[in-house]
Amino acid sequence: MTIKEKQEEIVEEFSLFDEWMDKYEHIIELGKELPLIEEKYKTDENLIKGCQSRVWLHAELIDGNVIFTADSDAIITKGIIGLVIRVFSGHSPKEIAETELFFIDQIGLQEHLSPTRSNGLLSMLKQIKMYAVAFQAKQ
Amino acid sequence: MIKEKNILNINKIRDDFPILKREVNGKPLVYFDNGATSQKPQLVIDVINKYYTFENSNIHRGIHTLSQEATNAYEVARKKVQRFVNAQHEHEIIFTKGTTDSINLVAASFGKKHLKKGDEIIISNMEHHSNIVPWQMICEEKEAVLKVIPINDKGELLMDEFKKLLSPKTKFVSITHVSNTLGTINPVKEIIKLAKEAGALVLIDGAQAVPHTKIDVQDLGCDFYAFSGHKMFGPTGVGILYGKEAILNDLPPYQGGGDMIKTVTFEKTTYNELPHKFEAGTPNIVGGIGLGVAIDYMNSIGLDKIEAYEHELLTYATEQIKQIEGVRIVGEAAKKASVLSFVVDGTHPSDIGMIIDKLGVAIRTGHHCTEPLMNRLNVPGTARASFAFYNTFEEIDIFIAALKRAVTMLK
Repeated sequence: MTIKEKQEEIVEEFSLFDEWMDKYEHIIELGKELPLIEEKYKTDENLIKGCQSRVWLHAELIDGNVIFTADSDAIITKGIIGLVIRVFSGHSPKEIAETELFFIDQIGLQEHLSPTRSNGLLSMLKQIKMYAVAFQAKQ
Repeated sequence: MIKEKNILNINKIRDDFPILKREVNGKPLVYFDNGATSQKPQLVIDVINKYYTFENSNIHRGIHTLSQEATNAYEVARKKVQRFVNAQHEHEIIFTKGTTDSINLVAASFGKKHLKKGDEIIISNMEHHSNIVPWQMICEEKEAVLKVIPINDKGELLMDEFKKLLSPKTKFVSITHVSNTLGTINPVKEIIKLAKEAGALVLIDGAQAVPHTKIDVQDLGCDFYAFSGHKMFGPTGVGILYGKEAILNDLPPYQGGGDMIKTVTFEKTTYNELPHKFEAGTPNIVGGIGLGVAIDYMNSIGLDKIEAYEHELLTYATEQIKQIEGVRIVGEAAKKASVLSFVVDGTHPSDIGMIIDKLGVAIRTGHHCTEPLMNRLNVPGTARASFAFYNTFEEIDIFIAALKRAVTMLK
């Protein structure tokens, strides 16, 4: 699946929920399921510090694709991170750098990217794109 | 259940605040973020509208009628503030942008003239960043030393440690009246007395105290008292610095510009008298006028009643929240204003805040601009409900129900 197709899949998945509480319950479940980042990668270097919660992001280039792992101390942030990782991880640096991210808006979570939330999520998205650009330059 | 529930005519009061009628995420708004900013009564909203519709003009300079009317309105507001905090003179009331601006003014002007290498300034472990960073900045510049009064686990200042920190080197003591994060009401009168005995000047950060309790700066004996309009039902962008006349006269101006000068030549400028010496540039005129109206409004309800009612709210909320398993209250000082900070075992404060927001309840989560305090208490942040006199016991019930639901989801 392309990054675009994965995003469409998530949008469809979330269309099942009318209620905010159901949406959050699903995100919390995703947060609990997200495989933890390896402890050795939970370094200050990989830390994206927000006002509200902390996010760690690690990236590796394996066989030409970028593999992301991440974690957060807040479960809702972690659930959204899980979705972002599902979308981007395992794709080529070129595809990651070039594909537009639209699913967060479409499932109504855009407020989590607003500066008032300061939860590190917006910084994490920028960091993902930066990794992609950096890996592209290396290839 | 609560015998003093009817201290205030709560329905009438709520009618005065139009925003309280709105819905958020399809639920009636429960606004418990008053520590961050308070809502505005219709009277304040109306005066802002009226000012720009009928009265707008610049103050202190104009010869025409409109300017004189605006100047009068602004200066009447200054008198209202003077009476509100019982300052001796109205020119001891300086209009600023807010508490942060007030503290920066004092730190910069005092530091510039009086601070020398090795001098000491005392703050506390529970200060807001705005009562830490301005002092750090001037200490760095002047090679002075910042000392910090420690706290106990309940969130109370260790007064014996404060006494030990005081010495002939102490030049300034700057302490919060009420902790924005914990609600602790500090023994400021005693702090001021001890600091004065040591020969230091004292500033009290009153941002969180002024909305809840009667302030008398002469009785307190402080040299400076700083607070914000927007936390006391007035507009944003206006605040107050109270300072004793002799001390304000001694300090150099903070910013240069219009309104703060007597005469200007390229060789030498002489400065205006108090309060204008510290009010460079066109001020937030309508902000000042709106603050005056907010003070009228608070007086019409009565600060004694406000304080008594909010105490009931805090007591009720504290009792209720303690019944939720895993909740730990952060800040259990013997004397507290209406601030309820807490953490829930196994959950992150921001998750709690996000979920109950969808249920219509607005609280604050995070470090509340008190990172050193969070480090001291060893928490990443807290969730904080802070109450105003327009809040109700029923709203606390809604909040508690929302919190229970959030905790169930998150565990």
